[in-house]
Amino acid sequence: MSDITSQSLTSLVNNIKEKKLSSEEVTKAFVDRSEKSKELNSYITEDFSNAIDKAKKFDEKPNFDLKLPGIPMAVKDLFCTKDIRTTAGSKILENFIPTYESTVTQNIWNEGGILLGKLNCDEFAMGSSNETSFYGNVQNPIDKGLVPGGSSGGSAAAVSGQLTPITIGTDTGGSIRQPASFTGTVGLKPTYGSCSRYGIVAFASSLDQAGPMSQNVEDCALLQEVISSYDEKDSTSIDFKRDQYSKDLTRDIKGKKIGIPKEYRVDGMPKEIEELWKKGIEYAKDCGAEIIDISLPNTSYALPTYYIVAPAEASSNLARYDGVKYGFRAKGENLIDMYEKTRSEGFGAEVQRRIMIGTYVLSSGYYDAYYLKAQKVRKLIKNDFDEAYKKVDAILTPSTPSSAFKIGEKKNDPVSMYLNDIFTVPVNLAGLPAISIPAGHDAAGYPLGLQIIGKAFREQEILNLAYAMEDKINFKNKINDWWIK
Amino acid sequence: MTKENSEYLIERYDNVYEVVIGLEVHAQVTSNSKLFSSSSTKFGAEPNTQVSLVDAAFPGMLPVINAFCVKQAIKTGIGLRAQINKKSVFDRKNYFYADLPQGYQISQFKYPIVGEGKVVLDMPNGQKEIGIERLHLEQDAGKSIHDIDPQNTLVDLNRSGVALMEIVSKPDLRSPDEVSAYIKKLRSIMRYLGTCDGNMQEGSLRADVNVSVRLKDSKELGTRCEIKNVNSIKFMQMAIDYEANRQVDLIEEGKSIDQETRLFDTKKNETRSMRSKEDAHDYRYFPDPDLLPLEVTDEFIENLKKDIPELPDDKKKRFIDEFKVSPYEATILVSDIDTAKYFEEVVAKMGKNKDIKLAVNWITGELFAVLNNKNLDISQSPISAKNLAKLVNLIKNETISGKIAKTIFELMMDGDKDPQIIVEEKGLKQESDPKALEALIDKIIDDNREKAIEYKNGKEKLFGFFVGQAMKASGGKANPQLINEILKKKL
Repeated sequence: MSDITSQSLTSLVNNIKEKKLSSEEVTKAFVDRSEKSKELNSYITEDFSNAIDKAKKFDEKPNFDLKLPGIPMAVKDLFCTKDIRTTAGSKILENFIPTYESTVTQNIWNEGGILLGKLNCDEFAMGSSNETSFYGNVQNPIDKGLVPGGSSGGSAAAVSGQLTPITIGTDTGGSIRQPASFTGTVGLKPTYGSCSRYGIVAFASSLDQAGPMSQNVEDCALLQEVISSYDEKDSTSIDFKRDQYSKDLTRDIKGKKIGIPKEYRVDGMPKEIEELWKKGIEYAKDCGAEIIDISLPNTSYALPTYYIVAPAEASSNLARYDGVKYGFRAKGENLIDMYEKTRSEGFGAEVQRRIMIGTYVLSSGYYDAYYLKAQKVRKLIKNDFDEAYKKVDAILTPSTPSSAFKIGEKKNDPVSMYLNDIFTVPVNLAGLPAISIPAGHDAAGYPLGLQIIGKAFREQEILNLAYAMEDKINFKNKINDWWIK
Repeated sequence: MTKENSEYLIERYDNVYEVVIGLEVHAQVTSNSKLFSSSSTKFGAEPNTQVSLVDAAFPGMLPVINAFCVKQAIKTGIGLRAQINKKSVFDRKNYFYADLPQGYQISQFKYPIVGEGKVVLDMPNGQKEIGIERLHLEQDAGKSIHDIDPQNTLVDLNRSGVALMEIVSKPDLRSPDEVSAYIKKLRSIMRYLGTCDGNMQEGSLRADVNVSVRLKDSKELGTRCEIKNVNSIKFMQMAIDYEANRQVDLIEEGKSIDQETRLFDTKKNETRSMRSKEDAHDYRYFPDPDLLPLEVTDEFIENLKKDIPELPDDKKKRFIDEFKVSPYEATILVSDIDTAKYFEEVVAKMGKNKDIKLAVNWITGELFAVLNNKNLDISQSPISAKNLAKLVNLIKNETISGKIAKTIFELMMDGDKDPQIIVEEKGLKQESDPKALEALIDKIIDDNREKAIEYKNGKEKLFGFFVGQAMKASGGKANPQLINEILKKKL
């Protein structure tokens, strides 16, 4: 059985199509391993018996034309799933069961995917270590006591720990790429507007984007192909021609120009990150790519810009959780008292912090100095990329400024926590696609990732680059199943 | 063009104050579905039966603009002779309330869809132009109901997300009468356009009224108070009257006026402070990241212009030119689109030999009286335009007298009866045969010899007596003009 869970998505699909494995066998294998992996705390809500039932149904009447024929899959608990509790990692949605399905998950079920359960994440996707979840920390399968990153920490741990063959996360400032980097997995944040936001619990609407998380680039391409669609229910969804990402995947990247932005050499960056980046450049050269030094001059403003724009939008997006219509409600003397108690008890500290920051930067008298200025800087950051892309096809950077850290290590130091996103947030601000691939280990043996940033709507290009480099890097995750007794 | 209208001034000792009024009218867009969702907007449904997941702000739900509402707003802008902004932006207006599910209202703050325009008012002393500052689209909130449950406030979200146009006037209004004329004109224009039904009882049209006072001839604006959510013209007028006097009294007492939001208590006929400027909400407006800026092309606007019907001002001009009605009559006839439609149908149905003046008199006289009594709109008139035209024609071609016409009019109301048929069935045709009438009159003179002599001797008042007798003898059917002529000859 463990043989099944260690298989890539692509080989599972092939085995099911060739009737070497049934959906039921595959589903049961992942359910079994998930059952044995409670210590990772990857799941918030399990839906195992339903999953097995659905797998049996699939096997009775299989459709092998589907892209994910009978493939079980757990998803981040930020995606609304019909009749299955959706919490966004928050107490305030502890009892919330949607009557509707997010477009992205619906796309997966339409292609034969089967829901295993809902995966842990930072509360409302606000965090970089999965420690803000109301449902507890997630353990990184790499080592006990290590954070899996965040906010898609449960998703990253589940893929890396082989509790699900593949998964989806959401990425507002790095929430797919950073945990992928921390767990030795692949994570793609697509172009803003590629995947519908309909039915995804909103954090920061102008930055949020769903994307695939996988063991390898090929799987990532296949899932991206499934989840990306134009959706009239999301006004920011973009109607562009989507490639057959998995079919068109190629390692031939000869002559592609890859930019190396000097501004990403930040002060205090660990030597091993610097080394990793250098190695990445060599791999890219080995693949036939041309390396070009570029400048993204406004990079240093990205993090402060992000921490104005994202909380501003969040403060407004989270206003709907007021105890009136659904979710958690505290008792109060009157309406205002009920609001205050519901939101004080229902939201965790980090969410409250961001609501307060967001409320502050939008308030009259401060709006121009913060929110408006941040919007202007955001435009400058986007212009930086536009300029760079006149010279290069893609940009190569480290995914994170460090490897995974210990649970509790940064919990009470929000600024140090926010610095985790330093290489990933500019991409969200510019609405670009970027992929993180595992590229090496630090001294402790913890994985490190490289990020390839592409032009808007050119997911195929960065997938190809990642596919070629993955082959040269030949990364092997060092996971010893320490949590399985 | 602008003439000083009948002035509304407040006098205290030697000081004369004028009132400066600006209106923020909230007009519900006529549309089957809401501004950002496909829920129905039908009035009067069971509570919470017209609520989508978007309207109730469920997690992950996103607004999608209703293109029809955008068209309606642009059409209204064209009707207000206003600048149409090809690019506008939806913002979030953030505040907490139980009937505001999102915790914000989607509105337009910095970049409204419609800019400056104007509305022309017909006041007794001439026309007056009122400037329009802007028109923007926004969502309505739900409704909090406090009087059903003794302990709890109940919320009905049927209205949540319904499209409103907020139409902001410049502070150009100077009296309660002008406010009344302005609201009526605005409503009239929107009803012509079909963009708002203007039904104030159902809340389709409400207004926030900004009132300030200043010494007459002063150029500076005084401190204003905003009276929130007044939903009838009468209440607006009462509220302004109360508020203006309150402000003048404060000034006269040497006190200052606080800029604040006030509520009008319709029972006590007074305005009361709701919140001061210091307590004013900080709405933290910012562009809604769920919606892209709204952009429309010149072509889109031009196509809508082709759909614009003849509006009241143009119609009035045409009625005066084409039908030779007086400006006063024209104003009445065009004020409501259904009245104008009715009138034009009557005119059309009267055919070639028509008496428009007579038709106008019947519409604005008898018909309006009936509608008023029965509290009906002209669209619900018990007498169709076609049959009223017939009735007017029967008078015009002397088939019936005006007096008989009134009797027939009463009978017509029973199932919109054809007046021609009533005339025939009841034998009410006017007697216009001179020989028959002469015989009838001869008999009357014969029977009243003494009075005839008195008349001849100069008691001219008795002429009326003979007319009356003749009409009575004919059962009211005698042609009054002929009676007059024959009597004059015979007496």
